[in-house]
Amino acid sequence: MTYFFARRVGLGLLVVAGVVVLTFVIARVIPGDPASSWVGPHASAAQLRDARHTLGLDRPLPIQLWRFVRGVLDGDWGMSIHTHQPVLSDLATRAPASLELVTAALLLALALGILAGLVAARWRGRPLDVLVRLTSVFGVSMPSFWFALILQLVFFQTLHALPVSGEYDPALDTTHPLAVHTHAPLLDALVTANWPVLGSAVSHLILPMLVVAAYPGGVIARMVRASVLDTLGEEHVRMVRALGFHERTVFARFALKPSLNPVISVTALVFAYSLTNTFLVEAIFDWPGLGSYAADAIQSLDTPAIVGVTLFVALVYVAANLAVDLAQAVLDPRIRLR
Amino acid sequence: MTELVTSEVRLMPTSSLLRTVRANPLLGVAAALGLTLVLLALLAPVLAPHPGDAGTATHPLDTFLPPSADHLFGTDPVGRDMFTRVLYGARVSLAVSAVVISLSILIGLPVGVVAGTLGGIADTVLMRITDIFLAFPALLLALALVAVLGPSVTNATIAITITWWPWYARLARGQAASVAGRPFVVACRVLGLSPARTIIRHVLPNSLTPVIVQASADVGGVILTSAALSFLGLGAQDPTPEWGLMVNQGQAYLTTQWWLVTFPGSAILITALAFNLLGDGLRDMLDPRTRARQP
Amino acid sequence: MKLLIRDLRISFGERTVVALEQLAIDEGEIVGLVGESGSGKSLTALATLGLAEAAGATVEGSIRLNGVELIGLSARRMRDIRGRRIAMIFQNPVSAFTPVSRVGDVFIRALRLHGASRGDANSRAHVALRKTMLSPELLHRYPHELSGGQAQRIAIALAVALRSELLLADEPTSALDVTVQAEIVELLRFLREREGMSLLFISHDLAVVAQLCDRIAVMRRGRAVETGLTGDVLLRPVDSYTRELIAAVPRLGAGKPPS
Repeated sequence: MTYFFARRVGLGLLVVAGVVVLTFVIARVIPGDPASSWVGPHASAAQLRDARHTLGLDRPLPIQLWRFVRGVLDGDWGMSIHTHQPVLSDLATRAPASLELVTAALLLALALGILAGLVAARWRGRPLDVLVRLTSVFGVSMPSFWFALILQLVFFQTLHALPVSGEYDPALDTTHPLAVHTHAPLLDALVTANWPVLGSAVSHLILPMLVVAAYPGGVIARMVRASVLDTLGEEHVRMVRALGFHERTVFARFALKPSLNPVISVTALVFAYSLTNTFLVEAIFDWPGLGSYAADAIQSLDTPAIVGVTLFVALVYVAANLAVDLAQAVLDPRIRLR
Repeated sequence: MTELVTSEVRLMPTSSLLRTVRANPLLGVAAALGLTLVLLALLAPVLAPHPGDAGTATHPLDTFLPPSADHLFGTDPVGRDMFTRVLYGARVSLAVSAVVISLSILIGLPVGVVAGTLGGIADTVLMRITDIFLAFPALLLALALVAVLGPSVTNATIAITITWWPWYARLARGQAASVAGRPFVVACRVLGLSPARTIIRHVLPNSLTPVIVQASADVGGVILTSAALSFLGLGAQDPTPEWGLMVNQGQAYLTTQWWLVTFPGSAILITALAFNLLGDGLRDMLDPRTRARQP
Repeated sequence: MKLLIRDLRISFGERTVVALEQLAIDEGEIVGLVGESGSGKSLTALATLGLAEAAGATVEGSIRLNGVELIGLSARRMRDIRGRRIAMIFQNPVSAFTPVSRVGDVFIRALRLHGASRGDANSRAHVALRKTMLSPELLHRYPHELSGGQAQRIAIALAVALRSELLLADEPTSALDVTVQAEIVELLRFLREREGMSLLFISHDLAVVAQLCDRIAVMRRGRAVETGLTGDVLLRPVDSYTRELIAAVPRLGAGKPPS
């Protein structure tokens, strides 16, 4: 088991290394002189030279790569040209908001998706199954940005029911100021027992969460349904039926666990997709996360920031895959052999 | 040399094809819908009431008109007929999908099949490379690339292709690896057939089924991705009629001129829906396991 | 008569797949059901357990266990019979067990389902495994950690522990090595003698059937074309299809040596 774990981590690190190199290559290809962006349009030649030196742009390429890699490992991810802050601290400030949204959305998608998939498989061919299949294919086909706009239109404009921008009501900043720890308002409010902000944060989370959850929810529901149906056709389910167990027990106790395997791996897949979907949606909902940060960075050709975001997301993806691999190994003893 | 071994290609004879379509109404509906969309795209120049509006034409006097008999989907901020632009948008979207998927298959399939058939070092190396590409979420890599190359439909297409091909490599590799282990392929090796011939004559046709299923579903996925890119301003630029771009342009007028966002967005949804259903239907029809479930 | 099947008709929509006039198994008898793949042998066994409908089939006719009609029996009573009165073992013993649970888990659960207390179930499991010449330690293993022979023995042990009267064996030896086959056949014979179990032995392998069965029924395309004592059917076959089947069995010395 430990060998399996070590091997997986090793492979993960290999991929991370490749990602770092690839990111660096992309960064070097981006046009525009980072030094002149750094100092602004009215800089003198001397200032420009200093900037180039500070940013390490006067060294040969392999040295730059080496410094880059070392920097990444040391925690120095460069300085954002736009914000003039260390990229890593920028990420620390902005990432939690996106992670909060993605996690909430994924939890919702998992809960609803698994439930829907199970129901559809259990009552295959019946109206409930058809409903689940239609809803999930809608979820998978829905353009997230459009869905966000439509929800805004319906819930805010027409129904005046739910808030559509920001993470929580800005008026609360004066009445119940939030102590910032993790930069994720929901967590911070929970930890500091700031109930008004917590309530506001939750209500502000609902619409963006729904939008981001649509795609993974659909994927998971379809996957669960297919997986359970596959398992139900397998020999071991036939044997258990032949032993006299009630269909309910066959379903819940014997068919469920073996079916969960593909669900877990699909979750890692949709996690990365959802993270980028989150970025799309952040602009529409005024959500101050990585998405808006990345959008700004791209507009201003802020190479270190772009590199930082790309690297961060890639690392998150690798970590998610690793977690999935391990979860699969725990759930299915056959995998530990590989 | 006579064919001593027979390939196990799982294609269906036409008679049972019709029977399966009848048993699978969803597939029929989806195929019909998909076909209609393709036809609409192809016939757009003929069907559109104001073909010029898909290009540089502007009508300052007809801006922001609500849907009417004359303008089925209303007009946009510079007076162009939305119905025309949505129709032409189908051409753009479907063209992008076709290019992305064809190229992804062209690149990914050989890589995957070679990796799966040869196994060993080649397999590990190739799969690690695809892993690296897969670690980059599609949209982010596409964003970065388009930022480098400049926003346009062509560059967006290239960007999406670069993030899309690893999926086909993965898929092909999985199929090839399982096929490569099958007795008839081992027999080929034993008989001394060169690996290349084995791959082309026997492994490839059997790896096709999941690729076909994936490709039809992917049309929807690519359309969603390219619409997302255009929505962010990184894909098609005005005056190109791209659905995502149109949603972006109509965003500011969401509450007052709802038709600017609703129709292009619905077009994206319906197209993605049709091709996803098509992929589903094809999978039900071609996947031997689901076929086995039907008596 | 332990099991009496009469006018059994199994169909999928329009297509009739099994049309069995009669098949009888007496108390303590081993009856072989032979035929090629697709002849309806497995379906007949599944129908006996009331599991054919789950695959989409329509079942008509009469299947009587000790005189009690099984077709049309309520779901609850059918579940009581499954495992407890009629047990079934399958062709791929390792894949017959739930892959993510230890083998003992299903074993004990099945026993408790049919009324045993926890302690009772445990002791019956141990006794049954000893009867099949296995170490009770094997119950702690996952199915993929067992060999085909071991898994099949455990499946048989389960039937013994449940005290089933009739065992339906669907190609139980077809996926096993020849030596292991012999052991399983020996075990089944032993069980008939020791436990008085009646056995329906389904196989396409005439050689194994010849060793084990008292009587044989030959099935072709869902119909029984010939039934009778093993010796009679194999040595003096009446039906042409039976003759073809027998002729198809490879014999040592029957071919010509390479020149």
